[in-house]
Amino acid sequence: MNNAIVVKNLTKKFGTLTAVDRINFSVPRGCVYGFLGPNGSGKSTTIRMLCGIIRPTAGSATIMGIDVLKEPEKVKQSIGYMSQKFGLYDDMTVKENLEFYAEIYGLSPAERKKRRDEIIGMAGLEGKERCLARTLSGGFKQRLALGCAFVHAPGLIILDEPTAGLDPVSRRAFWQIVRTLAEGGTTVFVTTHYMDEAEGCDTTCFIFNGRIMAQAPPEELIRKEKLKTLEDVFIKYVEMDQGTPEANSRKRWLEILGFRRRNGGGR
Amino acid sequence: MKQRRFSWRRFSAIVKKEVIQVLRDPVSLRLAIIMPVFMMLLFGYALSTEVDHITTAVYDQGRNEDSRALVERFTASGYFKISYYSDSEKEVKDLIQAGRVKAGLIILPGYSPGADALSSQALLIIDGSDPTTARTALSSGLLLAQAEARDAFEQKQEKSGVYYAINLEPMVAHVWYNPDLKNTNFTIPGLVGLITQSITVMLTAFSLVREREKGTIEQLIVTPIRPAELILGKLIPYVVIGYAGFLFALFLCIEWFGIIPAGNIALLIGLGLIFVICSLMIGMLISTFAKSQAMAMMLLMLVILPSVLLSGFIFPREAMPDIVKAVGYILPLTYFLNIIRGVVLKGVGMEFLWLDVVLLSALTVVLALAAIFRFRKTLD
Repeated sequence: MNNAIVVKNLTKKFGTLTAVDRINFSVPRGCVYGFLGPNGSGKSTTIRMLCGIIRPTAGSATIMGIDVLKEPEKVKQSIGYMSQKFGLYDDMTVKENLEFYAEIYGLSPAERKKRRDEIIGMAGLEGKERCLARTLSGGFKQRLALGCAFVHAPGLIILDEPTAGLDPVSRRAFWQIVRTLAEGGTTVFVTTHYMDEAEGCDTTCFIFNGRIMAQAPPEELIRKEKLKTLEDVFIKYVEMDQGTPEANSRKRWLEILGFRRRNGGGR
Repeated sequence: MKQRRFSWRRFSAIVKKEVIQVLRDPVSLRLAIIMPVFMMLLFGYALSTEVDHITTAVYDQGRNEDSRALVERFTASGYFKISYYSDSEKEVKDLIQAGRVKAGLIILPGYSPGADALSSQALLIIDGSDPTTARTALSSGLLLAQAEARDAFEQKQEKSGVYYAINLEPMVAHVWYNPDLKNTNFTIPGLVGLITQSITVMLTAFSLVREREKGTIEQLIVTPIRPAELILGKLIPYVVIGYAGFLFALFLCIEWFGIIPAGNIALLIGLGLIFVICSLMIGMLISTFAKSQAMAMMLLMLVILPSVLLSGFIFPREAMPDIVKAVGYILPLTYFLNIIRGVVLKGVGMEFLWLDVVLLSALTVVLALAAIFRFRKTLD
């Protein structure tokens, strides 16, 4: 098994809306995989299917060799998940949060103690063990959140916009920890809107309107599209699907005017 | 869908977490203990005021020893308070109409209760707009007049030396369990149940909703936690708090209001635990429906109001139409009222209470399964 994630023709429909449309991709083990796309493109739906929270309409997904459809509970045990608004209990201390998640993931008392101290060291939370989570700054909160998601040492960790709203220094500190995890052999599946972060990924994947637009290491995408930065690539893909911004804006105005005319006709 | 095994480790993680959070929130903790005490005292007194000192106007046309004795007996009973002595029937009627008095006692000329003729010689007019007061006035008034007549009759026989039987009591009635027909004996034990249920339902109703509002539930969903572990784990600390509240309320019922249970207190305390758990499950179920604390509050009202009106706490369930009665069966209070009144007033044991206990336990299990099922659905 060389791939941490294998997705085949994965589809999710909500009524008539197709949120994710027959996507295919695979994530090699030990790689940092950037999953990029604008808001509402199907990123979160894909992640929720990978975590075993929602059932796909069609297709299959294998996480660390486990079939998501057949054994969603086993998948949950073998991955770590962290989102922008990670569920830290803000009336509990750093230590209590870590110990709680360690126990939820079924670690024995001895393992819990060992992992707790390891994570505190890894996330640079020494001296803050007894602080309530609510008193931590945004950067420390996200590092603690990452620690909680990684407390059971999963082979794959899924990060959904983990650095949204953080200052540049905190973002860099956060990414240093992510890098450390990846060097330790953990596969990282991450979504972000910061293209500087995406450029640091081993491979990136663009999803838009529920379909995958491109999948390659970031330098390769920039070279292929003959653009300067990954941000330009991102914008190009979105415009390719929507038409040019000028054409769009004209279409939108016509729609508004047409709507007005129809409304005014009755008077 | 495999590996659905209950994990004690995950369960204990939830229990520990909840205990930490409850202890960090001293306001809610104190409230859960103080509220039963405060509500017992407040409502205990509000509900225990027996109807007495009914304002009464008297128009005494007899103006003799016997008529004065009747008025004296009315005053001495404590049920009536003579606030007006009137000079005409019209005045009495006006006073009732104006709401100045609730009852009017009109004694006819030549009133003599010991006379052979048993025709009525006194008239008691009662303002029936408040049925509770009216019923008290009616029954106590009739009893007092009857007693007066009996005494006068016996006195007369003693004086004349001629004894003959006259049956003034066509029926003998015995009131069991609560011979004084004291309201408090009925309402205060019921109040213990009502207060316990209201507070415990509230405790759990907010617990899951709070996690939903803070977004921590999203995180729990991606962990291997099972709905049963989460729901039962969350329950444990609140069982302790809710049960403490119940014991406080029961203690006040016995020690403060002086209602000594006729039956086995240990049995009552034991069954109280099932009742507390059942009420907590209702709160748990509410929190699986509510998206926000405001919505949880509204759903709480849906439980608390029927509990007051349909459980038999105030109105007898026997008189309710079947459909309305059926609603009462989904409230734990309905069963617990039978249990607590049975033990406290009648002194009965399991031989008479078993059906209520079985139904209460069954309701607990059904509510728990519903909460777990509902929670599982919210994940999709």
